[in-house]
Amino acid sequence: MVRLSLEELYKEVILDHYRAPRNKGQLDPNDIALERNNPLCGDEIELFLKFDGEKLEGIAFDGKGCSISQASASMMTERVKGLPVKEAGALAETIKRMMAGEEEGDPDVLGDLVSLKGVVKYPVRIKCALLGWNTLLEALEESGRN
Amino acid sequence: MSLDVESIRKDFPIFETQVHGKPLVYLDSASTSQKPRQVVDRIVRFYEAENANVHRGVYELSEKATAAYEGAREACARFVGARDVRSVIFTSGTTDGINLVRFTWARANLNEGDEILVTEMEHHSNLIPWQLVAQEKGATLRHLPIDDEGKLRMDLLGDYITERTKVVAVSLMSNVLGTINPVRALADAAHAVGARIVVDAAQAAPHVPIDVNELDVDFLAYSSHKMLGPTGAGALYGRLDLLEEMPPFKGGGEMINTVYPDHSTWAEVPHKFEAGTPNIAQAVGMGAAVEYLEALGMANVRAHEKDMITYGMKALSDAGATVYGPSDVEQRGGVASFNIESVHPHDMATILDQEGICIRAGHHCAQPLMRVLGVAATARASFYVYNTPDEIDALIEALDKAKGWFA
Repeated sequence: MVRLSLEELYKEVILDHYRAPRNKGQLDPNDIALERNNPLCGDEIELFLKFDGEKLEGIAFDGKGCSISQASASMMTERVKGLPVKEAGALAETIKRMMAGEEEGDPDVLGDLVSLKGVVKYPVRIKCALLGWNTLLEALEESGRN
Repeated sequence: MSLDVESIRKDFPIFETQVHGKPLVYLDSASTSQKPRQVVDRIVRFYEAENANVHRGVYELSEKATAAYEGAREACARFVGARDVRSVIFTSGTTDGINLVRFTWARANLNEGDEILVTEMEHHSNLIPWQLVAQEKGATLRHLPIDDEGKLRMDLLGDYITERTKVVAVSLMSNVLGTINPVRALADAAHAVGARIVVDAAQAAPHVPIDVNELDVDFLAYSSHKMLGPTGAGALYGRLDLLEEMPPFKGGGEMINTVYPDHSTWAEVPHKFEAGTPNIAQAVGMGAAVEYLEALGMANVRAHEKDMITYGMKALSDAGATVYGPSDVEQRGGVASFNIESVHPHDMATILDQEGICIRAGHHCAQPLMRVLGVAATARASFYVYNTPDEIDALIEALDKAKGWFA
């Protein structure tokens, strides 16, 4: 995989979602609302989930923080909306492994999300990129569906 | 400029290194300073030629080690104007020093209903120890507010220092705002009601001349690593009569006089507070850092930083940044916390790093202050004896680049 420069990472991946976040705002009604922050940075994410049986029917996020934390959460909501809960959970685990450098990340499976791997080069920012994903995993666990 | 910065920079080997292929521009000395060759060499010389434990060997090498360690104590006492070398305790740093006061003086003297006064700008190291002892003792923690410029609301002092106040804990210089606080006035107000004053000088000691007698403080803690010395060392000045009354801190070797199976008597001050083998080489290194700063002259250090912050504040404002803290450089040190609306501090720090520029981004261990300022985080550039206006220019150029990405 071609390594992105920081400028490419920002300009081609992060800034689009940062400037025009998808599924941003509150989701009402929801089945789960969960707020998590990154104590070191002050990044905040509140995640709203709505289920239809075993499917993640609706998802939205609210929050503030650096572009990587907010863009990654935006990309996440776009990708997992409508997925079976277990698939969404498995995807979050895959992203976590990829960011930990334990997995290459298959572009055919991950699509755009594979570009988040560009953040691995900036170790202190990995937790920014994972804030939304970790919050999702916790929310799914809380739902008892994952 | 009041210092010969080009010649000072030659003393710091780290400036020969490059970051991402660019010259290192180190603007994070408020977090930790770089170390001159003189300090590093002193530590090496200690390990290579003087290393032994202190205060116990009867052989010559141990005497040499003890002389080096106690010589460093004299330097640290002189550095803050302490008249009696026994009033300076070696610690592992400012946090350790403040916790020493918490576990000894505060535990012995605070009672339910007493008040502890801190300020809204305290670093966590001068807040959490007081939160913990307040909880333990049923005392009340109060926070002296700051004004719009990040200066203490001294006009409210009458409401905040009362007959119930037992201790005032304040930083001499804010690590976020750069504010230099009127510690003498706070000491007078504290003493007028019989309270003690504890000063966090971690940020001030490297940058402004300090005299504990002029400030009339009861305790003052500072760290080696922010003032050109090694990590793992610090000093706590305490008024001698208070230190002598205080119970010991940690128990162990070195801090005892006579030990019986079920009780013991304590060593004289300051050794009563230095249990276990101390960080000898680090303390010796701290002494060398004091000597390096003394040779520069702390008044010159302060003058250089006033020039730097004057230049830095103007450059940052001109670049569209919001700079926090006092506008009057007489009341602030060389710390500039700032935000640029379009670029989050963490993004900024990552982008600047690509240019070899090190700044801090985050809450700077002052979360309550961030809430008062109404921000989650700020970027912070801080200056020291080795920084030049050219480096501020490099910072501004890189900021412009970051702004361009986010435009």
